[in-house]
Amino acid sequence: MDIKTILLLVPLLPLFGAAVSGLLRNQVGRAGAHWVTILAVAGSCLLSFWVLYLQMYEGLETLNYSVYTWMVVEGVTFEVGFLVDHLTSLMMCVVTFVSLMVHIYTIGYMHDDPGYQRFFSYINLFTFAMLMLVMANNFMQLFFGWEAVGLVSYLLIGFWFKKDTAIFANMKAFLVNRVGDFGFLLGIAAVLMTFGSLDYATVFTAAPDAAGETISVIGGMEWGLLTFICVCLFIGAMGKSAQAPLHVWLPDSMEGPTPISALIHAATMVTAGIFMVARMSPLFELSDAALSFVMLIGAFTAFFMGLIGIVQNDIKRVVAYSTLSQLGYMTVALGVSAYSAAIFHLMTHAFFKALLFLGAGSVIIAMHHQQDMRYMGGLRKYMPVTWITAWLGTLALVGFPFFAGFYSKDAIIEVVHLSERFGAGVTYWLVVAGVFVTAMYSFRLLYLTFHGKEKFEVVEGADPHAHLPDGQLAHKPHESPLVVTIPLILLAIPSVVIGWLTIEPVLFGGWLSDAIYVAEGNDVVAALGEHFHGATAMAIHGVQTVPFWLMLAGFAVATLVWRFRPGIAATTKARLPGLYSLLDHKYYFDEFNQKVFANGAVRLGQGLWKKADAGFIDGILVNGSAKLVGRVAALVRRWQTGFLYDYAFSMIIGLIAILGVWVVLR
Amino acid sequence: MLTSLSLAHYLTLGAILMCISMAGIFLNRKNVLILLMCIELQLLAVNMNFVAFSRYLDNLDGQVFVFFILTVAAAEAAIGLAILVVLFRNRRTINVAELDDLKG
Repeated sequence: MDIKTILLLVPLLPLFGAAVSGLLRNQVGRAGAHWVTILAVAGSCLLSFWVLYLQMYEGLETLNYSVYTWMVVEGVTFEVGFLVDHLTSLMMCVVTFVSLMVHIYTIGYMHDDPGYQRFFSYINLFTFAMLMLVMANNFMQLFFGWEAVGLVSYLLIGFWFKKDTAIFANMKAFLVNRVGDFGFLLGIAAVLMTFGSLDYATVFTAAPDAAGETISVIGGMEWGLLTFICVCLFIGAMGKSAQAPLHVWLPDSMEGPTPISALIHAATMVTAGIFMVARMSPLFELSDAALSFVMLIGAFTAFFMGLIGIVQNDIKRVVAYSTLSQLGYMTVALGVSAYSAAIFHLMTHAFFKALLFLGAGSVIIAMHHQQDMRYMGGLRKYMPVTWITAWLGTLALVGFPFFAGFYSKDAIIEVVHLSERFGAGVTYWLVVAGVFVTAMYSFRLLYLTFHGKEKFEVVEGADPHAHLPDGQLAHKPHESPLVVTIPLILLAIPSVVIGWLTIEPVLFGGWLSDAIYVAEGNDVVAALGEHFHGATAMAIHGVQTVPFWLMLAGFAVATLVWRFRPGIAATTKARLPGLYSLLDHKYYFDEFNQKVFANGAVRLGQGLWKKADAGFIDGILVNGSAKLVGRVAALVRRWQTGFLYDYAFSMIIGLIAILGVWVVLR
Repeated sequence: MLTSLSLAHYLTLGAILMCISMAGIFLNRKNVLILLMCIELQLLAVNMNFVAFSRYLDNLDGQVFVFFILTVAAAEAAIGLAILVVLFRNRRTINVAELDDLKG
């Protein structure tokens, strides 16, 4: 097959699957829907890996071509075009592989759901949108993919649309993303204004010439033009990749079914912002201020969102806060110009976080949709596959040597250490401390869920479909079916080995050098590479570093507190009520947003309604003019007394007036 | 000392008649009959001017006009009185203050 045909098929197969399973859902039925979508994604996945293979072994050059010209407006071309370099093909493989796993898993997870076909249609559509996003060669298509994944995310968070909390969550996700997208759109507009083109290649070539230019923003402040563009684009990434303070939608998005939490809100969509910034590296490299901003936001998110994870009780929310924290790590890597480290962590994270989410989903199936970890415990013996894969995923997440997460996270910490960017010092401490936090909440999750005493009881003879009170189950938990466990196993394999296998080419072998530009003097990854002597050596050396011992410390604390001395957690909670409630309320971000923005919007709306609409438009313009006519009429009406002599008087006065005028003017 | 009557005297008489009749129209709040009489008086005031100028200018046109006006006034009085009779039959009153049906 022609390479262009292959590349066209990669996104179009899932689109086809989405159309068939969505529009013809009654004709194809449940089995038909999952077969057509899974085959579509499987095809897409195979072709993606084929492209990767061609690049690795057949020397396939970077492809940058236009597929279709949508329109030309005053010299600006809007095109659908593909830019396929090593970064793109890596993302294509990650997206389609995780998507395929999630598709298979969904057969088990959504088994009894009435919206079965709809769900498959959505996740296929999501795969299409995400592929369009990563394959774009221009800002227009990037924005299309960006909004399309946002749309599908919205649809899927609110998949159970009869649940009030789900509707609230999807509205929240949508609105918060609007804030980010507003910045993103401003950034794209600024790009178009500056460079007169939306094509990546054109923009990146012209970017160095624009480096010195400034732009006047609100208040007459002069900003570097590229700093402005980069900050705007990054605000878009903050919305999509859930960086503080626009992170608030991601924990709530856990209202959606677990497969999409794994696919969209952990592995792929939320990393779109990371991907975008990496793709825009030729722009970001020209603005140190923007990169510092990126790094500090990431550091804040990485550390402080992890802390929240320690006090959460909902199994999915713990993983969600862990996702926020890991996205923070990626953002930090972007901020120190280590784009390849960010992409590397994106890739490893996609595997182990999808694994953890799917594992959490498997637990949730076993617990009959009980998500509160306080009612779990001791599940190890009921569901061994889930237990082992969850351990593997956790070890990858906390960065245990030789596991995938170790390589990517250690690389990020090391490059931050090497970086001399403004703020890198404090960032380094935050990301190092983050390792301890990560270990704490991760092992806490494992202990509360799989180990210790069973905190649920099996009520014999209870109706298995009825909604039982917390801590009661109709029958014993059991291991999930094969369609659930096989994706877990398939994801556990890369979670363990992908870091060891790929760190050398991705980080130090220049695999991404055709897509990522790093300015001279900023290249901390290359500096790190000078100390790199192979993946095994790195892991062995990792045992001697601070992050490893912090991770062990986190493990020790978690083991003590949540495995052997459960009293400590309660005592600490009682001793530090202020800290606990700060974390329990997630630093009051939600309350703040609710009070200031939501209520503010409501109040603004009410004010506009009462003052502007009811008061000014209705009161003054509409009713006011009517009243004015009425008042004038009421005055004039008095002249119409109805008495003859008044009319006679008017006639005479009028006659005299006319005569007088005539006499004067004659 | 008696001086001869000049045009000014006649015009003054006409003006006085006019003023009396206007005052009658405005001040009268009671009787429609008086209204009619006041209108007649206005016509007579005009007639007075016509006759005086006719005599003064030695032109008979003015006096011819007076005949026409008197004729019209007579017809008007007849119609006016007839209306008044019908009005009285309907309303049992000719009090001006109560006749405000022209009010919208």
